[in-house]
Amino acid sequence: MLSTFFAVLRRDLLLAWRGRSDVLVTLAFFIIVVCLFPFGVGAEPNQLRAIAPGVLWVAALLACLLSLHRLFAQDYADGTLEQLLLSREPAALWVMAKVLAFWISTGLPVVAVAPAMALLLDLEQGGLPVLVLSLALGTPILALLGAVGAALTLGLRGGGMLLALLVLPLFVPVLIFGAGAVEAELSGTGALAHLLLLGGGLAGAMALAPIACAAALRISTD
Amino acid sequence: MLEVQDLACLKGDRLLFRELAFRLQAGGLLRVAGPNGVGKTSLLRLVTGLAMPEAGEVLWRGASIRREREAFHGELLYLGHAPALNDLLTPLENLRFACAAAGDDIDEQACVDALVRIGLENQLDLPARVLSQGQRRRVGLSRLFLSASRPLWVLDEPFTALDVHAVADLASTLSEHCAAGGMVMLTTHQDAPFARPPEVLDVGAFAC
Repeated sequence: MLSTFFAVLRRDLLLAWRGRSDVLVTLAFFIIVVCLFPFGVGAEPNQLRAIAPGVLWVAALLACLLSLHRLFAQDYADGTLEQLLLSREPAALWVMAKVLAFWISTGLPVVAVAPAMALLLDLEQGGLPVLVLSLALGTPILALLGAVGAALTLGLRGGGMLLALLVLPLFVPVLIFGAGAVEAELSGTGALAHLLLLGGGLAGAMALAPIACAAALRISTD
Repeated sequence: MLEVQDLACLKGDRLLFRELAFRLQAGGLLRVAGPNGVGKTSLLRLVTGLAMPEAGEVLWRGASIRREREAFHGELLYLGHAPALNDLLTPLENLRFACAAAGDDIDEQACVDALVRIGLENQLDLPARVLSQGQRRRVGLSRLFLSASRPLWVLDEPFTALDVHAVADLASTLSEHCAAGGMVMLTTHQDAPFARPPEVLDVGAFAC
């Protein structure tokens, strides 16, 4: 049991390491998007401080979206996906392994550099732990929801654009509670409610998204 | 053992074939024949359960493969048209992953032996992207040596891109598998030197 799960997890992490330039591109994209805002809205510290949580969250969301189409594309093209669908284990399990490897290679680096970018926007120090926590809870939800979209648009012409249209509306609640958590912490009301909602969302997405994703993969490879 | 009843396949809005039926007993070697586009690959994908038939049923040991999916896939080896190789991994890593993903507990030495036996001893540590078409095909086929415990082999164009020597070796491997009580179902356009002539299923006879 779980041999497929660990085989996929190990292989995808190895592939992420071998193709680490892709990971660096995602991270560079996140950093550049955040850096664009002071140029666009002006370097007024109060203003930057006010928009910092939203900016960081939108940038993290876009960075995740940018790399989502890669999640299944290569395996679909080279036939690995068919072989995985023929494994004895339920598809939802190894889909979970793929999403986990995807999050470790794209979500986790973003979570790691987010505090540095927050300092760039002069976010108050007190908000940093909540920012990191909200991103750590929220970006896996983005990866899980995005995986369903990636599976549905697999092999379609212009799938990347369609993928963005499909999943961006689904990302809205995550964005609201993620950015809201930091603002609530800084305004003094406490971020617990937001973080609990994000945690609940993550638990729900972990339970349901792999099943939906597996069904979508079967349709895409049919 | 493997029985197909009244199968119909719809591709897009075109009915490829219907009322297709055959039976494959232990030790049987079945060659799926027919011109390009008649639905040979589609038939193989229906038999493996990767695609859903428009009508009809595929039975394995008397039970529908949709109901007994896990048991059936534990006894099936399917090698499709694409060899399922990732360009960034070496042949050895690809083979080890393929076995582990399928749920077979096979150690590294057995994988090395299989790759050496199929003639890739000098390519073990090269990334798959520098391999030739024939060598890529061989990496995929090396799984045959590690899958004797799986009775049903379904192979889509296994002889493509192989040289004369490799074709003869593959044919004898397939014949041995059948002699040991296994079953092989394959598509090919070329004559291979099998130990005894395969049964032929002409998909064109069921075309619409």
